[in-house]
Amino acid sequence: MSASSPQTERRLPPVTQLGMLSLGLVLVGGIYLSAHLPEHVSLGPAVGLLAASALVFAGNLLALARVKGFAWARFFAVAKWALLAYALISGMIEYVFLRNHTSGGPLVVLTLSLVLFAVNVPVLIGFTVARYD
Amino acid sequence: MAQAVVSTPGAAAGAGPPAALERPDFQIVPRAGLPIVAVVLVALIAGIASNKLWPLEFLHVVGGAAWTVIDLFLGFVLGPIMGKLSIPARVEFTTRLMPKMVLIMPTVVTVTLAAGWQLSTHLGTNLTVSPLHGWVVASFIVVGVMAVIALGLLEPANVAVLTELKKPQPNPEVIERLMKRFIYTAGATGLMQIATLVIMTKLAAG
Repeated sequence: MSASSPQTERRLPPVTQLGMLSLGLVLVGGIYLSAHLPEHVSLGPAVGLLAASALVFAGNLLALARVKGFAWARFFAVAKWALLAYALISGMIEYVFLRNHTSGGPLVVLTLSLVLFAVNVPVLIGFTVARYD
Repeated sequence: MAQAVVSTPGAAAGAGPPAALERPDFQIVPRAGLPIVAVVLVALIAGIASNKLWPLEFLHVVGGAAWTVIDLFLGFVLGPIMGKLSIPARVEFTTRLMPKMVLIMPTVVTVTLAAGWQLSTHLGTNLTVSPLHGWVVASFIVVGVMAVIALGLLEPANVAVLTELKKPQPNPEVIERLMKRFIYTAGATGLMQIATLVIMTKLAAG
């Protein structure tokens, strides 16, 4: 199989770009919150960024789900292990916030941000691997 | 050690006899390294739970130094060398280096960030009243940009090139494309690590 074969040249949605956008939005929200903690912080910007990131992520998954003949077996084979790894990493970061008594709204937003982070990366890795299958 | 074969582009195009490359057997995620990762993560949990200065400094400095040096070395030393290697040499080097990177990078990044946040809380530099708060926020921003590049481009390319090399008939052009992406993004994060060095030395100097 050469790189110019239909398998590698087929049109695919911009999953990597959208995944990076979703990741970027959630990281900006996380940085905004982290820059203000442990003091009082307005949650509006962080919630807005989280919602935008979740929307981009959902759109990304929908676009990918519509691709015919995509190597889903390969995608899930890779993504499930990546999910385990990034869930562990997110768990470690969540632990630091809990250790420092972060609670209430900021904790909810940070936790959801970490969940989005933990699901975005496996999609990016799984897609990059499966697109060449 | 078991070996497999990679056909070169010339062979795929049908130009002459197939040129085959020997490809050492390897594990995408080296299982022998998992206990070491577990020990490091347990040390991280213990360090954060203790909330004492020395363990937090140790974890943050060791993790951060490893992260910075690996990024700089990969981006500016190993990357250009890999680009000039012959394809067989590059394949062999890749199968030996990149599985280790799959374990090392997420581990050092997690240790650096988690210990760094706890250290910042311990020292009070993450409080808005701290004169160093602006530098701490700058470090968040640099790390955020590096994270998007590394997690969106570098890490997927790393895993994808190893998965491709595991196939019975790997595609050299796909490997080439992914390796270029890996080397360029390693260079970009290496450049950003210079900003990290400036910020961290300023924070340490007070």
